Amino acid sequence: MSIYVLEEQLNEFKIEVIDKYRDTKSPLMQILQESQKRYGCVPVEVQEFISKEMNITTAKINGVVSFYSMFSLKPSGRHILGVCTGTACYVKGASRLVERVEALLDTEYGSTTEDGCFTLAHTRCVGDCAQAPVIMVNDEFNGKVTSDDIPKIIARHRGKNCKK
Amino acid sequence: MNKNILDKIKVETLTANPELNEPHKNLHEKEVRVVLKNCDIINPENINHYIAKDGYFAINQILTGMSQEDVIKVVSDSGLRGRGGGGFPTGRKWNFAYKNENDTKYIICNADEGDPGAFMDRSVLEKDPHSILEGMIIAGFAIGAETGFIYVRAEYPLAAERLQKAIDDALELNILGENIFGTKFNFKIEIRLGAGAFVCGEETALIASIEGNRGMSKNKPPYPAIEGLYGKPTIINNVETLANISQIILKGSKWFRSFGTEKSPGTKVFALAGKIKNTGLIEVPMGITLGEIIHDIGRGVGNKRKFKAVLTGGPSGGCLTEKHLDQEVDFDTLVALGSMMGSGGMIVLDDHDCMVDIAKFYLDFSVDESCGKCTPCREGTIQLYKLLEKITNGEGTIADLDKLKKLSKAVKKTSLCGLGMTAPNPILSTLEHFYDEYLAHVTHKVCPASSCRGLIEKYIIQDNCVGCTICAKRCPVQCITGERKGLHVIDQDACIQCGECFASCNFDAIITK
Repeated sequence: MSIYVLEEQLNEFKIEVIDKYRDTKSPLMQILQESQKRYGCVPVEVQEFISKEMNITTAKINGVVSFYSMFSLKPSGRHILGVCTGTACYVKGASRLVERVEALLDTEYGSTTEDGCFTLAHTRCVGDCAQAPVIMVNDEFNGKVTSDDIPKIIARHRGKNCKK
Repeated sequence: MNKNILDKIKVETLTANPELNEPHKNLHEKEVRVVLKNCDIINPENINHYIAKDGYFAINQILTGMSQEDVIKVVSDSGLRGRGGGGFPTGRKWNFAYKNENDTKYIICNADEGDPGAFMDRSVLEKDPHSILEGMIIAGFAIGAETGFIYVRAEYPLAAERLQKAIDDALELNILGENIFGTKFNFKIEIRLGAGAFVCGEETALIASIEGNRGMSKNKPPYPAIEGLYGKPTIINNVETLANISQIILKGSKWFRSFGTEKSPGTKVFALAGKIKNTGLIEVPMGITLGEIIHDIGRGVGNKRKFKAVLTGGPSGGCLTEKHLDQEVDFDTLVALGSMMGSGGMIVLDDHDCMVDIAKFYLDFSVDESCGKCTPCREGTIQLYKLLEKITNGEGTIADLDKLKKLSKAVKKTSLCGLGMTAPNPILSTLEHFYDEYLAHVTHKVCPASSCRGLIEKYIIQDNCVGCTICAKRCPVQCITGERKGLHVIDQDACIQCGECFASCNFDAIITK
């Protein structure tokens, strides 16, 4: 099993996160959200650590982690690319955009490219339906995207912190 | 904090920022602004701007002379109904919790706007966060709660950020916190972020999520107003509902009833999207006709295409068609027509959209978002999806249409919560209004909208091609050739039937076989 979060990071997590929430009412979601934010995932070692510290069973923690789509067990690629799959985007051709992205990056939806540069994330309605179809890359918003915009969007981000 | 300070802030802010008094720009004559009155006018991160627009005057008025019963009466008299989709009378809901003698009660603002294609709440949260806080404080006072939670979906980080700023600023002015306006009333608000689960918009699932559990729904009754968060009486109101409250208190129930219809008073915010010229948010009085929304305010479908249907209520709703354009839009009419108001998303479709495919899209969503607790929803939606997939692939039979209908009704009747009970609606509604289209798929193996790729063998460019080159540019495998202003040709051997050319052609020059 790969280790995504180091021992010393766990200590830091205890001081900065768990101790802060320890005495609040039902803090599990917030703690998990902190892990997702800091490490890009909530791996098993973090779940076990929270379990010991908070006296919550790992079964319960894993149940919560696996339920919500925002929590992942593995860190994602450097850039998270998502084609919005809300209804407005769908009727404006989002599924064709998905195919185009999959083909260009040679990877399937929900997975990460071999070079670790892009994760194709399932993306629910981002709430900008007037600009449909929408592609999000991390926090960058791309509205009214056509399929010939995709190579440009990918190239722009491929350059950032990503060398093939 | 008291009325004099509020007045002083108001006057000073208005003097320094006269633009706050300017009317909304580019409003259609049929639009009114109640919920969105401050949006795009005030700086949402400046509490003084909100106060300048009469913000927090309602809670001041309540705390200096109204009883809990008075507040509930005004809200009840206004006839305000929950804007999250259900349309339950807000005053009546509050009264349940008020009458409960439990000493701990909670208010929750449901800002888990998950309906794909709806973005009304997001705008209010991001552009007028204080109006939500004031609505919650008033609700808290009315039922006797001292704690409120705002459950925001994780996809809206800016909304959460602005709400937190608003909470901090309100605390500083003692509009939140202890002894608000120098009275005995205490109220605090905390933000809870969702983590990507549509079902958490359902009340009992939302409560489970705040409690730190998997967001799975529970049997009702007991309703949350009796036994909700941590087993205490809990009122859950939608963002848009809460945004109405302070104005109802300030201007009275009669004023509120001057908009809308007898049974659905007030206004409703709709999010227009899809194949319509004017996309974006509109706020209109209830009772406006569907045609006025689509053709007058939305200016029709554009691109020389033909209006086909409008989807309301998202994955829980259905479709309305040409023949419904003169129907008045309110909670009850839409339900009677087999759709529902939902939170207010309206996705317009044109003649290139296949209704079977749209039903499949929504079922795919429901399959994915079902929490898995009850069998009808968990298993039923998958089987419904598979039937639709079979039909759109051209493998369906007439018997499948019957199966689809029967199973839809069974899932509706037997599911545990609103998600499952409404998930089959897109199927039932499209079956009712577009049965011919289903028939074409199963008997003639044709998709009349040329959308289902399982039923398309090839794309052909006809003589009316004007040589605009857009299809050649969009083709991912570069199999379309032709001179600018000359007839283009598709190399059928290289074509991967992705449909990109068909969707991009503005001249109806591409047909399918």
